[in-house]
Amino acid sequence: MISIKIDKQIKTYRGKRNLVVEAIIEKGSVTKIYGPSGSGKTTFLKIIAGLIMPDRGLIKVENEVWLDTAGKVNLKPQQRKAGFVFQDYALFPNMTVMEHLLYATSDTVLIDRLLKIGKMETFVQHRPKHLSGGQQQRLAILRALAMRPEVLLMDEAFSALDDELSASLIMDLKLLLKEFNTTTLIVSHHARETAGFAEGSLKIDLD
Amino acid sequence: MEWTPIWLSLKLAAITTVILVIIGIPMAYWLSRRSSVFKVIVEALLTMPLVLPPSVLGFYLLISFSPNSVPGHWLLQHFNVSLVFSFEGLVVASVIYSLPFMISPVKSALVHLPDSLAEASYTMGKSKMETFYKVLLPNIKSSLYTAAVLTFAHTLGEFGVVLMIGGKLEGVTKVASIAIYDAVDNNKYAEANQYSLVLFAITFIIVILVFIFNRNAARGPLE
Repeated sequence: MISIKIDKQIKTYRGKRNLVVEAIIEKGSVTKIYGPSGSGKTTFLKIIAGLIMPDRGLIKVENEVWLDTAGKVNLKPQQRKAGFVFQDYALFPNMTVMEHLLYATSDTVLIDRLLKIGKMETFVQHRPKHLSGGQQQRLAILRALAMRPEVLLMDEAFSALDDELSASLIMDLKLLLKEFNTTTLIVSHHARETAGFAEGSLKIDLD
Repeated sequence: MEWTPIWLSLKLAAITTVILVIIGIPMAYWLSRRSSVFKVIVEALLTMPLVLPPSVLGFYLLISFSPNSVPGHWLLQHFNVSLVFSFEGLVVASVIYSLPFMISPVKSALVHLPDSLAEASYTMGKSKMETFYKVLLPNIKSSLYTAAVLTFAHTLGEFGVVLMIGGKLEGVTKVASIAIYDAVDNNKYAEANQYSLVLFAITFIIVILVFIFNRNAARGPLE
């Protein structure tokens, strides 16, 4: 189980507003995060990953406290085991597909499996600039999974994939996430993108 | 034409560039992270050699390095080193004078890298140091080359600071730019022309190198 309780003041074009989220998420589940543009969905994911500090908050993953502002506990992103699929993919231009995965893990058996799931076997020596948008997005997902994350945070992770590819990827991803017992939070604007993937949903909005 | 001044200039430029690669890159990284008033002041000070007349900088360095000053006296007493009218003094002055040419391009390149690159690396359990060497630095390679080449070229062309700190001691501080001035001062125009031609050729090659390194720099990292 993951319990999240956070409060962060955010500057918007309409002045300062508060991102307040309180949720309990079942371990191993897939939850869709939705809400209007600029409502703090990406900020919410980054807070969980430890990339942004909230004003107040408590994040507990199973029995491990990742963040407790009152108790002055704040695990670094490196210590949280949270895989992150960034909206801009955040691929490293200097690395090939294989180097991306080897940067995340030394488990070559898992890498072979991931390449097969993402249908990327023939692109292992390609750099991001030689991949299509969909291939780049798949690589970003595979890289986040390569570290067997406890929590997988996906920011618009299927937006560049066509329906057919998205459906086949989702099927394989679900099996892998179940095997890793990974809890997934996926930000999405379109119900179609997460159909058959997300089991629950959480609305994010500013106060 | 004596080749010693050309050799001295190349030696000074090479040593200065190596020192600035070692100290300039970490400084540029530090400046590229979140801004603060302290960092603004430090950056302004580091940028001063760009706008300050070289003679002003040279004068202050001459005063600071003089054995009568506190730092100059300390160096002489503890290390038996005098930075005035010595090659070592030229190196220290050149490092200060060329610092912005190393820091500015590297800092600018680091600032323009998307934050998500470093963030993705952190979430994969990589330290800031590992992220810096394996993700950030390889992706600003062309800016690093440009910064190093510009630093080298700028040091090669130094005149005012070098003259103030080093004077024109044969084989010690008389670099090519000083040799040109000295030749003209003594009505040896042919000699001045020869030095100038050599410096022109070296600098031209350097500028071509900068253009080659920068030909792809304007593109985004994924394009």
